[in-house]
Amino acid sequence: MLDLRSDFPLLAARPELTFLDSGASAQKPHQVLSAMREFAENHYANVHRGAYRLSQEATLAYEGARETLARFVGATDPAEMVFTRGTTTSLNVLAAGLTPRLAGRSILITEMEHHANLIPWQLAARRAGATLAHVPLTDEFRLDMDAFDRLLTPDVAVVSVAGMSNVLGTINPVAEIAAKAHAVGAVVVVDGAQMVPHLPVDVAHLGIDALAFSAHKMLGPTGIGGLWGRRDLLEDIEPFETGGEMIRDVSFETATWAQIPQKFEAGTPPITEAVGFAAAAEYLTSLGMEAVAAHDATLTTLALERLSEEVPGISIQGPPAGPDRGGVISFTLDGIHPHDIATILDSHGVAVRAGHHCAKPLMSRLSVPATARASFSVYNTPADLDPLVVGLRSAIEIFG
Amino acid sequence: MSLTDLYREVILDHYRSPRNRGTLAAPDLHGEGTNPLCGDEIAIDMTLDDGVVSEVRVTGQGCSISQASASMMSEAITGRTVAEIREIAARFNALMTTDDQIVDPDRPGSVLGDLEALQGVREFPVRIKCATLSWHTMLDAFGQ
Repeated sequence: MLDLRSDFPLLAARPELTFLDSGASAQKPHQVLSAMREFAENHYANVHRGAYRLSQEATLAYEGARETLARFVGATDPAEMVFTRGTTTSLNVLAAGLTPRLAGRSILITEMEHHANLIPWQLAARRAGATLAHVPLTDEFRLDMDAFDRLLTPDVAVVSVAGMSNVLGTINPVAEIAAKAHAVGAVVVVDGAQMVPHLPVDVAHLGIDALAFSAHKMLGPTGIGGLWGRRDLLEDIEPFETGGEMIRDVSFETATWAQIPQKFEAGTPPITEAVGFAAAAEYLTSLGMEAVAAHDATLTTLALERLSEEVPGISIQGPPAGPDRGGVISFTLDGIHPHDIATILDSHGVAVRAGHHCAKPLMSRLSVPATARASFSVYNTPADLDPLVVGLRSAIEIFG
Repeated sequence: MSLTDLYREVILDHYRSPRNRGTLAAPDLHGEGTNPLCGDEIAIDMTLDDGVVSEVRVTGQGCSISQASASMMSEAITGRTVAEIREIAARFNALMTTDDQIVDPDRPGSVLGDLEALQGVREFPVRIKCATLSWHTMLDAFGQ
């Protein structure tokens, strides 16, 4: 097991805190914080503009960050890595950019999607006159792949799916989905917000066309994320935002776009954040993503075991431990609302999320208004499960 | 922050056995409210007789604080005039937002009675909107 708590200044400063909400946003190691500070104090300027040396240093750092992030997800061409504000923006760029291809066609998502991978496609479908279908869940909280096969008709122009569910922890068979979707000519988009921080990701190996992810869920800063897309896809679609830095030529009548990735990076980008994003990728790479995934799996297996055995009346909304089970554990307790669970856990120093997790259609499918959710990152250890179990047992006592 | 101040027995009792639960066939007033961030939902039916709220029924789902507050509110406003209800609502709102020390709800002369048990919510700022949801919903039904 990894033991990294001392790398994380916030966790070191608050020894009483058991932080189990990394699925919402992860804490930052000092390696990330100091990389950002070092850059801001010594190399900061706007990028791609100044003829002066400082701006060149900033540009080198920014473009170096792009190369690091491209490599982190297995891409060979850094131009295919676009910096955005985060997963939500990346998915909006794709949905808006793909809209012209959708007239009379169909978009296929899944029942477990976060609103960020649902609403942009609803809007795209409405604008293009397309239909939006979703793959249902099985009773084991996995995608119903027989239904997927049936829904995957030649009408489907886009398949967009979460790599890992932010509610259920289900890790979806992305490579299989991509291969099947490509057989009908569909573009394959993956919402990697939860997958990229926890699993080794290689876009070429997965065979997908685009990947959206966020820095702040993978130990990096807020305000920046990644959109990796295959070169031909990114070159074909129109930009989502326009303005400075994304043009080749502009007159009062018209404008032409810069090459990728600049075409998608209108305005001054989050430069210091890009440096922090790369530092987070380097930190995870130094741990080894295989080791990160193994840590996550061990902790998840142990947590599922302990919660089932030591917390009477718990219902866990997610698949059992196994290779397709990630470290996001949603649960409910008989007769106790998730907000009350979260408040009581907080009084035990345990931070969890309670609510619909931006997945209201999934909550309806699960027939619950909300769940409580414990989610793990590299700094969590089996010892974090003790206050979780104690807090849940105290909730049962209070409401008993 | 004390959990025993938040989860007083009277609150848990209203949560487990909510009063005036249900709907009215022909309400004079109807209000619906939600907290979109947390999903708490409340719907309120009321009948008016000569300016007095004669019957109140509540449905909804959500945390113990939102549902107990709705139940306590339904008791507090039954048999009251609209003017009295606005007065109680203002006092309750003040109770939720003051910086005063928590007082004993069982003390003699307590104006809000059981409702004062909800004052512990003040110590948990993210939960105040749970306690006030049903009150806003009720006032909305009167057209504020």
